[in-house]
Amino acid sequence: MSEAVKEVPRKERPHFSNIHVTDLMNYRMTPSAYVSILHRVSGAVMFLLLPFVLYLLQLSITSEMTFARFAGILEHSLAKLVLLGLIWGYMHHFCAGVRHLFMDMHVGIEKDSSRQSAVSVLVVSLLLTALAGLKLFGVF
Amino acid sequence: MAKNNVGPKRLVVGAGYGWKDWMAQRVTAIVMAVYTVVLLVTFLTAQNFTYEGWAGLFAQQWFKLFSLVTFAALFYHAWVGMRDIWMDYVKPVGVRLALQMATILWLVACSAWTVQILWSV
Repeated sequence: MSEAVKEVPRKERPHFSNIHVTDLMNYRMTPSAYVSILHRVSGAVMFLLLPFVLYLLQLSITSEMTFARFAGILEHSLAKLVLLGLIWGYMHHFCAGVRHLFMDMHVGIEKDSSRQSAVSVLVVSLLLTALAGLKLFGVF
Repeated sequence: MAKNNVGPKRLVVGAGYGWKDWMAQRVTAIVMAVYTVVLLVTFLTAQNFTYEGWAGLFAQQWFKLFSLVTFAALFYHAWVGMRDIWMDYVKPVGVRLALQMATILWLVACSAWTVQILWSV
């Protein structure tokens, strides 16, 4: 190698790899990005809260007495909040999953339609959460 | 050992099990989606949410089995998803292996608990 080539100063070149959480702010986040991130976060949260859900299911179906205890837990506002969060997580994971299944079949993978379906996932999951929440807390 | 993985049959990428988990993730998702729709419609259209109605649904044998199959699908789905998360964020092999083992053991325990819950009503 000639001297001329050797002496070219090495510039710091940008390094691209899997993006780190701290890089997120540098990206223009699309609706699909939010759907994707929430899909993962909701999945992880539901996994962690699995014992809570199984415990509630157990209380709700074992007997009349345990059902009363289940209803008692739902009275607490913190429990209501956690449960609403869980329902939202479930509904989001569900809707985003259905979107995934359609995309697997090459339905709605174009730029515009995928943006639209991502927005729909965010909106529909919130609507379903509201509906299930209202029913659970006895509004209708 | 038979040389059945030579020439054009040679596996050139990955461990070769990725597509099975990919497929399992979709199949289990479809099972859960059907169950969710059934449960949600039942729940939302019920006149009032009482023990009688709620436990009555779970008391039927077909719904117990449907629930068990769905929960089994859920636990397998959760395994694939959690494994992906551990593989993406936990780089030290020892820690990752420990977390993966803990995930499996925990999900197996949850399966047994689910059977106990479903057949207690």
